[in-house]
Amino acid sequence: MEHYNMNLSLKIWRQKNVKANGAFETYQVKDISSEMSFLEMIDVLNEDLIREGKDPIAFDHDCREGICGSCSMYINGKPHGPWKATTVCQLHMRAFKEGETIVVEPWRANAFPVVKDLVVDRSAFDRIVQAGGYISVNTGNAVDGNAIPIDKDNADKSFAAAACIACGACVAACKNSSAMLFTSAKVSHLALLPQGGPERKTRAINMVAQMDKEGFGACTNIGACEAACPKEIRLTNIARLNAEYLSASLTIDKEN
Amino acid sequence: MLDAKIPEGPLEQKWPDYKGHCKLVNPANKRKMEIIIIGTGLAGASAAASLGELGYKVKAFCYQDSPRRAHSIAAQGGINAAKNYQNDGDSVFRLFYDTIKGGDYRAREGNVHRLAEVSVNIIDQCVAQGVPFAREYGGLLSNRSFGGTQVQRTFYAAGQTGQQLLIGAYQALERQIALGNVKMYNRHEMLEVVTIDGKARGIIARNLVSGELERHSGYGVLLCSGGYGNVFYLSTNAMGSNVTAAWKAHKKGAFFANPCFTQIHPTCIPVSGEHQSKLTLMSESLRNDGRIWVPKKQNDNRNPKEIPEAERDYYLERRYPAFGNLVPRDVASRAAKERCDAGYGVGTSKQAVYLDYADAIMRYGTIEAGKKNSSTSDTSALIEMGREVVKEKYGNLFDMYEKITGENPYEVPMRIYPAVHYTMGGLWVDYELQTNVPGLYSLGEANFSDHGANRLGASALMQGLADGYFVIPYTIGNYLADEIRNPPTSVDHPAFLAAEKEVSGRINTLMNIKGKTSVETFHKRLGKIMWDKCGMARNAQGLSEAIKEIQQLKKEFWSDVRIPGEVNEMNNELDKAGRVADFIELGELMCLDALQREESCGGHFREEHQTEEGEALRDDANFMYVAAWEYKAEHEWQLHKEELQYDVVKPTQRSYK
Repeated sequence: MEHYNMNLSLKIWRQKNVKANGAFETYQVKDISSEMSFLEMIDVLNEDLIREGKDPIAFDHDCREGICGSCSMYINGKPHGPWKATTVCQLHMRAFKEGETIVVEPWRANAFPVVKDLVVDRSAFDRIVQAGGYISVNTGNAVDGNAIPIDKDNADKSFAAAACIACGACVAACKNSSAMLFTSAKVSHLALLPQGGPERKTRAINMVAQMDKEGFGACTNIGACEAACPKEIRLTNIARLNAEYLSASLTIDKEN
Repeated sequence: MLDAKIPEGPLEQKWPDYKGHCKLVNPANKRKMEIIIIGTGLAGASAAASLGELGYKVKAFCYQDSPRRAHSIAAQGGINAAKNYQNDGDSVFRLFYDTIKGGDYRAREGNVHRLAEVSVNIIDQCVAQGVPFAREYGGLLSNRSFGGTQVQRTFYAAGQTGQQLLIGAYQALERQIALGNVKMYNRHEMLEVVTIDGKARGIIARNLVSGELERHSGYGVLLCSGGYGNVFYLSTNAMGSNVTAAWKAHKKGAFFANPCFTQIHPTCIPVSGEHQSKLTLMSESLRNDGRIWVPKKQNDNRNPKEIPEAERDYYLERRYPAFGNLVPRDVASRAAKERCDAGYGVGTSKQAVYLDYADAIMRYGTIEAGKKNSSTSDTSALIEMGREVVKEKYGNLFDMYEKITGENPYEVPMRIYPAVHYTMGGLWVDYELQTNVPGLYSLGEANFSDHGANRLGASALMQGLADGYFVIPYTIGNYLADEIRNPPTSVDHPAFLAAEKEVSGRINTLMNIKGKTSVETFHKRLGKIMWDKCGMARNAQGLSEAIKEIQQLKKEFWSDVRIPGEVNEMNNELDKAGRVADFIELGELMCLDALQREESCGGHFREEHQTEEGEALRDDANFMYVAAWEYKAEHEWQLHKEELQYDVVKPTQRSYK
């Protein structure tokens, strides 16, 4: 792999806190190696800012391996930037060229208020899970793991849905700020397993209700979420959630 | 002499007997008792969920924006359990034995046997929660091998096992939050333990969004805050992983055990330059199928594909024919370092070895062709089919490698080098996971207890969940049963006020230094000292120098660190500064511990103590103990020893040949 260094202009959203008005600020960074990750490039900028006595840019990040779901930057109009199926922390600078201008914003959605700069509050996702994204089994109640054989195809599909990292890119990509891909991934993960059967109806109904309550928009089946998802969560999960929700709405005992 | 309070009786009866006789807290009393849990990884989330289910009032804290982001999420390869589903000779005893041997006879028999016993319950619990483990076509659970064992006992979910297990625990936790049994504090960091009459009664936490300090009281405090690998700056830990909670407890009296026992993982993506902020692991599961080699010729700059078979040195297979590429991590790491130091390393930095999948791809391709009744000898067709199989098993890892290095590992062998991954040392705990401070517990990687001087692969997830789901729900009751007569502690108690004052004083001191050097710069300097002198190989001279250098670094830090911004706002630099300040103090203790342990064992390799073949040479006569350090004053610790007794296993020179 050829390595090269580059100079870049960055237009980054700065916002002191949730109440303050934000604005773009422009920064120059020099001699950025193509081998750096995007976040390491921001580290370089932050070290420069600290040296100059300025406030560094706040951003969420933790594992830097693409799995914790913390990082959340909207780069040149795309959640997580230009590479397919990649979180910002795994995006490397060889995706950019000498002299480019890169625009960096936080996720934009009413349900994800900006905390500071590029940091947003995604606790709405936790509350959607609280509404039913689990199997009600207390510790110690389990039968032997192999007592529940699960057809491999369903197990694999369930795993593919459970691979969601709750980063919120789906919401950020959606023109309606819908959380359907996130919610449907959780509903699918559990609906595809026999263990998830007993709570299937209430789960779909309650999680969708919570999603609406948090202020996420409706789904209009555009598919921008699937295109932006770093874990390639499939749109078919949304179809499954719709089916689960519809069937639950028609058959659930309302008096309960 | 420290007493670990291991129950009497035969090894396999200790835990059942303990459970049968420990004190209980009745449900009405549980509702009145608050328990504080720091960290929401596998240990913390499973403990919070399980204690919530029991009816305790739990307050859980994490520094991330959601409990689901704790670094357990990044564990890749798998979780061990003595299920013997493969009929290949596994048993509770064998898992116990492998773990004791893998830890180079520096772990407690009683704890490790309990771990092996509950390992089977963990898998059942996780399946019941809906963890989508890998399955065979018959619908049953699949297993694979990990280092240091000769059976297949590792359960997995592609290369994302930690993620799936953590989501299982997280969902159980969120359910308890919804039921009102657990209150969750995201973006909070614990900055002090509050002790009253020698018992842990609460904490001081900082809200990382508003910067405000908060006082929280409880009947018990559980530190599930993970390991301290980031003391090396570069490690496979998350950027925020830190020792602060454990270190504050240490300075309040909790002993820190075996701090020098760190695990250097053999298969990580090598450092690419000065800008590097962290290192990425390539799962040990890759050693199931991949073969590790270097050229037989020094400084061989040829393209790896042009190096013929006869000119390759598969040094693990050569040195350890019985275990081959699946020797334990400490052994594999040292062997890689030995080859690179001797001039056989590859890549631009020469600090790397090859992990090659060419053979595995051909082997799987041939099997696939056989399944299709095809007798093709078309190599490219076989390679094509083989790649598909490898992709299903390890696809996410191969993708990650390609994103980071820009090289396609299906085409060219991966370059790998050892990196800091896990810390076996941690807070000293007894059999009940209680530190020497009553009411203060430590679970998961944050404690020291089960892995001795080297942890086997796929055992960290097992231990974290064992502690949280199946151990602490019993052992904490044994303590709390005697506490029900004490009223809850008010957060206006003078001890809370004093602790809060101490914390805010410390923060103000940091902010007022207004020096010239960034926190990151200090952290990098600390990391370099630790890696060079307290890393994969250590010697007395280097360790003595390191202690002096770290003391000097501490002086500079406290007179020259620059922290921009304000206290009462989100201030990542301030958060980092507090953590790095604690890492600096810990680094000194690690070197001190490594210096006093005049032997080699597991991941602790003292160059002065090795066999003729370069293997770790233990000194059981003098060092068969846990080194538990008590903080006395700045740069001053007192060593307490817990003798290790082996009643069942006979310690021998560990051999994987």
